[in-house]
Amino acid sequence: MAMPEIRNYTLNFGPQHPAAHGVLRLVLEMDGEVIERADPHIGLLHRATEKLAETRTYNQALPYMDRLDYVSMMCNEHAYVMAVEKMLGVSVPIRAQYIRVMFDEITRILNHLMWIGAHGLDIGAMTIFLYAFREREDLMDCYEAVSGARMHAAYYRPGGVYRDLPDSMPKYETSKWHNAQDVERLNRNRQGSLLDFIEDFTVRFPACVDEYETLLTENRIWKQRTVDIGIVTPERALQLGFTGPMIRGSGIAWDLRKKQPYEVYDRLEFDIPVGTNGDTYDRYLVRVEEMRQSNRIIRQCVKWLRENPGPVMLDNHKITPPRRDDVKGDMESLIHHFKLFTEGYSIPEGEAYAAVEHPKGEFGIYMVSDGANKPYRLKIRAPGFVHLSALDEMSRGHMLADVVAILGTQDIVFGEVDR
Amino acid sequence: MSEPNQKLAELIRSRFESVGGRCREALGEVTLEVPREQLLESCKALRDEAGFSFEELIDLCAIDYSEFGNGGWDGPRFAVVYHLLSITRNQRLRLRVFLDDDRPVVDSVVSVWATANWFEREAFDLFGVLFEGHPDLRRILTDYGFIGHPFRKDFPLTGNVEMRYDEARKRVVYEPVSIETRINVPRVIRDDHRFMDGKSSEGENGDA
Repeated sequence: MAMPEIRNYTLNFGPQHPAAHGVLRLVLEMDGEVIERADPHIGLLHRATEKLAETRTYNQALPYMDRLDYVSMMCNEHAYVMAVEKMLGVSVPIRAQYIRVMFDEITRILNHLMWIGAHGLDIGAMTIFLYAFREREDLMDCYEAVSGARMHAAYYRPGGVYRDLPDSMPKYETSKWHNAQDVERLNRNRQGSLLDFIEDFTVRFPACVDEYETLLTENRIWKQRTVDIGIVTPERALQLGFTGPMIRGSGIAWDLRKKQPYEVYDRLEFDIPVGTNGDTYDRYLVRVEEMRQSNRIIRQCVKWLRENPGPVMLDNHKITPPRRDDVKGDMESLIHHFKLFTEGYSIPEGEAYAAVEHPKGEFGIYMVSDGANKPYRLKIRAPGFVHLSALDEMSRGHMLADVVAILGTQDIVFGEVDR
Repeated sequence: MSEPNQKLAELIRSRFESVGGRCREALGEVTLEVPREQLLESCKALRDEAGFSFEELIDLCAIDYSEFGNGGWDGPRFAVVYHLLSITRNQRLRLRVFLDDDRPVVDSVVSVWATANWFEREAFDLFGVLFEGHPDLRRILTDYGFIGHPFRKDFPLTGNVEMRYDEARKRVVYEPVSIETRINVPRVIRDDHRFMDGKSSEGENGDA
């Protein structure tokens, strides 16, 4: 009797697959249920952001940054404005720095909530998604209150932030879905300023994280799907260029907020969680703890911002717009306004690299200027691109269903992978 | 700028000037330029030698200098820029290597840092830089069957072809683009440095 013929399958996954986190096409070579090689085909969302930025002035290119990693918008902007400010040699007002740090951390929570919801949904935990989106809604409202947009904020500007924190929150109104009683309940924490609303959130949020942990941390199914999946040793993590929660999950305490502090992170108290095994479960624990630490940072920022009013934008009208009512009555302001919005500002010839601790890892902007009012070359260092390139190595020898868990733990968003 | 950077720059100079490397400091960042032939050796040294220990390749990208300074550039057209990070020593370095104009080829550093794999594919895809010794140099971001290297300065922003589904032929067809490149804000170079008149200190007030 002849032996049955054994063949390797090639499996095509995506590009439109609910667990592919967007548009990823994965070509998997499989031996039965086991992955032998994974070849991600990316670029389906490639919009040539870097080339577009070469044809826009420095301020016009800023909103493109929101659309890179569209789950953590303000952190992308942060790296960009830091690069511009570094090349201009300006430092922003201290209040703007605190506002930036506060919104960076709000963004980190936003990102991690999206991640925990999608990651859970991918590997069979439905409920967590609903819980995570409940809190995301409040944070989106903070985005809306401060910038007018729930996602693509364009709030950080070279020289500070677009405007100071508002004194009131947008409120719900009665409609055929919400009666007066509902509206009163919904608006209860929206009576004061944005800072009051954020503070109320920080009081509520630790209990919410406890709820997520109740659902997952000791959950037998969750552990079966994540423990010992996609183990990365510290040595390999360095070779593969990991940053952010991915490298911390492997036990290397590397965080730009601590190691190369920018803005006011050196004045704030927070801890850096690290994993021990470098598996998917450890990276889950790291991110959950990061949410708690972010909450702690936000509380410190709220306290400082309450006590210290001040300017949030540089008064240098070569790079920041003058006040609207000055433009109406003052000739010089009018000229500044006109020049800024028609020509923009030129940056001296040179190059700079600015990086922030983005929720997903190190997000960097490498900018080359030849002295013009537009960047000569802009390179976006996206953490997701680097992490996804390790998918092949991380998924080899695992089962097909584990690829989805590994994609989830890498926190992939295609806006930044494809740029 | 800062003291650790100066130390690093000193160390780099004493190690790499003998092999034709040039080191500069600007804006608090250290940049090393090495000749193309020395790249692989330099990268290994930067990763393994104790004073450097750049374990991570953070970023790799190509630059097309052909229109730099509105045509005032007389150096080589292409450069590849590496951003290195040392976790143990907490320092960064930018490494630049210029390529030959007619044959933009450089040694692949995948054997030094595994993460270079996709970065080099990207630089090849977008700029047409070839990496010798790369295990799998395919296009990565552009479409299957794409022609040209879109981030080169002579590639139009609108691209060359546009795609649509042809109902009659029942397939996707490519046609020359029908839109024109629009420039709303012209590109100007100001060399009077009026933006650098030391106003940066104004933002320092309000400190607690």
